Amino acid sequence: MYAYIVRRVVYAVFILIGVNLITFALFFKVNTPDDIARLQLGVKYVTPEAIAQWKADRGYDKPLLYNARAEGRHKFTDTIYFEKSVEMFRFNFGRSDDGRDIANEISMRMWPSLALAVPVFLVGMLLQITFALMMAFFRATYLDFWGVVLCVVMMSISGLFYIIGGQYLISKLWNLVPISGYATGFDAFKFLVLPVVVGVIGGVGSGARWYRTIFLEEVGKDYVRTARAKGLSEIVVFFRHVLRNAMIPILTGAVVVIPLLFMGSLVSESFFGIPGLGSYTIEAIQAQDFAVVRSMVFIGSVLYILGLLLTDISYTLVDPRVRFE
Amino acid sequence: MPFLPVILWTDALIYLLLAVVAVFVWYVRRHAHLRAPWWRVAQTPAAMSALVVLAVFVVIGLLDSVHFRLALPAAPDTRTDRAAPRELAYAVDVKSALDVLLSSIANRPERTYSAPLATHAYAKETVELPGKDGEPGRQVRDYPRLKYGGAHLRDPGRDWGPDVLRTAFRGAALALPLWLLAALVLVAACTPADRLTSRDFWHAVWRGKTEVPWRAILITLGLLLLVVVPVMLLSRHYHVLGTDKVGLDVLYLSLKSVRTALVIGTLTTLVMLPFSVMLGIMAGYLRGWVDDLIQYFYTTLNSIPGVLLIAAGVLVLQVYIETHPDVFPTSAQRADFRLLWLCIILGITSWTGLCRLLRGEALKLRELEYVQAAQAFGVSQWRIMARHILPNVMHIVLISVVMDFSGLVLAEAVLSYVGVGVDPSMISFGTMINAARLEMGREPMVWWSLASAFVFMLALVLAANLFADAVRDAFDPRVRVGARKLRWGKTTQAGEA
Repeated sequence: MYAYIVRRVVYAVFILIGVNLITFALFFKVNTPDDIARLQLGVKYVTPEAIAQWKADRGYDKPLLYNARAEGRHKFTDTIYFEKSVEMFRFNFGRSDDGRDIANEISMRMWPSLALAVPVFLVGMLLQITFALMMAFFRATYLDFWGVVLCVVMMSISGLFYIIGGQYLISKLWNLVPISGYATGFDAFKFLVLPVVVGVIGGVGSGARWYRTIFLEEVGKDYVRTARAKGLSEIVVFFRHVLRNAMIPILTGAVVVIPLLFMGSLVSESFFGIPGLGSYTIEAIQAQDFAVVRSMVFIGSVLYILGLLLTDISYTLVDPRVRFE
Repeated sequence: MPFLPVILWTDALIYLLLAVVAVFVWYVRRHAHLRAPWWRVAQTPAAMSALVVLAVFVVIGLLDSVHFRLALPAAPDTRTDRAAPRELAYAVDVKSALDVLLSSIANRPERTYSAPLATHAYAKETVELPGKDGEPGRQVRDYPRLKYGGAHLRDPGRDWGPDVLRTAFRGAALALPLWLLAALVLVAACTPADRLTSRDFWHAVWRGKTEVPWRAILITLGLLLLVVVPVMLLSRHYHVLGTDKVGLDVLYLSLKSVRTALVIGTLTTLVMLPFSVMLGIMAGYLRGWVDDLIQYFYTTLNSIPGVLLIAAGVLVLQVYIETHPDVFPTSAQRADFRLLWLCIILGITSWTGLCRLLRGEALKLRELEYVQAAQAFGVSQWRIMARHILPNVMHIVLISVVMDFSGLVLAEAVLSYVGVGVDPSMISFGTMINAARLEMGREPMVWWSLASAFVFMLALVLAANLFADAVRDAFDPRVRVGARKLRWGKTTQAGEA
């Protein structure tokens, strides 16, 4: 089992290197710093001197991979690739194009993101599973039928409309909570209620329907028939056997998402004015701040790979067959 | 020629897609084992109702995919003695067949917002009252009359209500014979003639007991006509869904958005389909280092956050367009290329799921006897993959294409909001929502742009979801034996009893 995990970790490192190379190619080879400078400075009225100055200010004026003019190991370290890409492995992200320290910004904006994403994730999953359980327990009845219809309708509505509708109904019409904004400490509560509610409702449709199919797949298995044949009541069969076994795919499926909660939610954070990583990313995209976008790509992939790793580990914990692979 | 045909990139791909669908239909009709699951889809009432709605959207989208540049009216020619044919000049803007059909509502811009069916503007303006006997008129702040909306009414305060009602009723009355006609043509085209004349058949239709759920189809068709025909009649004199900030008709914008949504929903999966199918089957069938390499490749791509990859891709294109302005002569071509580019990048971020599914399925199939028999006969690996694996994973491909559609339509709206979606000049649900987002804060509220985008998107995505569900139920062997029986069995029996 340990050999398996070690193998997965090594694999994860290779993937990370691949991601690093892709982002490097995307941001320095396909989109050269010259192009970025031209975009930033305005396309029409740009002089070569201005571009050179812009690049020098941000350390983009070095050779890409190999610096022939430098000495010794600086031939490799005094390059764009080393300074901008390799340094990321040390979580040294440098400065954004407007001169702020990215690592510092990230460590500050992480908390509002988590304050929104964790409740949405936990409450949302609880609600989805409860709803799915209800539909699966009363399967093949009108309750189930209309439950599925409700799910399909809810998942056919764009998330943007949940946000706009929620803001209009709860904040503007009923005046219960502020439309947007954020405060630190316990004051954050009143700003977070609405985004959390909207996030939870927006996810119920697809989530509940997905969990329902997992439950139904489990219900159709042979051991369930055996349990019924033993004379167990439907409730016992359902909650002791089906629920427990269905929780395995549900929980291992959820594990991959957990690290990504750090990244926050792009749309809802920027709609509700929460200063998290999601809105940070959007602002960077809209301002075409490549240093920030690059850092966020890196962090996002690290978290995703971490999620994959956790999934692998959780599989070995719950499913003995994987352990002896 | 009075027009110069323009084939945009996405147009070409849509025509190609149409050709592929036609070949596919022809192929399916000839093979009983392929016909069977489609026959099951055709028996699902929800799917067939959804198909009627989808067909309407597809027709709108196809009409909007026929592009051309209209000839400019001939300029007064001074050198009339020259016999050589004068070269026709064509307008710079690219129009579509839909634009021409809708020209009556597209070319009626108001100055700014106006509510649905309104006769007066949304905001007060300074209007000058006509003065008596040549005196200068008084200036008052009032809601000015719209230039086109309800312009035919002499006294809007008195005539507006009756006129709208009368037009709507006329539309509804017109919808009925249209519906009867369409119903007859439709049913007649799909049913043997001897059954059409039997009373039992129509009785069965009435009670919803036919094999093809004609009752559901006809009800959907009727409801659609009941909405569409009155709206068409009303739109001759009104802005049925109001106008937006720059005075464009919202109904026109909504109809134009349909094509963008359809293009994103279909082309995205299809652009990357050959790669994901090929790589998935190769990984699963060949195993070994090929499998490792392909798995590494898609896991790496997958771990880059999708939105950020798309953002990076769109920025690449932006730089390219700005440094090569000569490649795209018209703004329509530029916007179209950006749309195609968005499809490609979206495809790159989303093909991995299908690839992984196909790999798993190919892994299973390669162990089956018929594949081993082919191997024993010395059939080459590529031939086995093409002839024996590929046809047996096509149901997965099909399911994934129809299931992805609705998600992609929804994704477009979000991406446009983030600022990495379609070109801002391209009309889409995303740009509509994005523009309308701040209008909710106005007093009185401007709700109609959002509401129209909401209704159109909901109709499209819901229909797509319902249809996709039926396709999955019909094609996925796992769902069919297990869940589907549980899911629909008792309910339909209860409904029939």
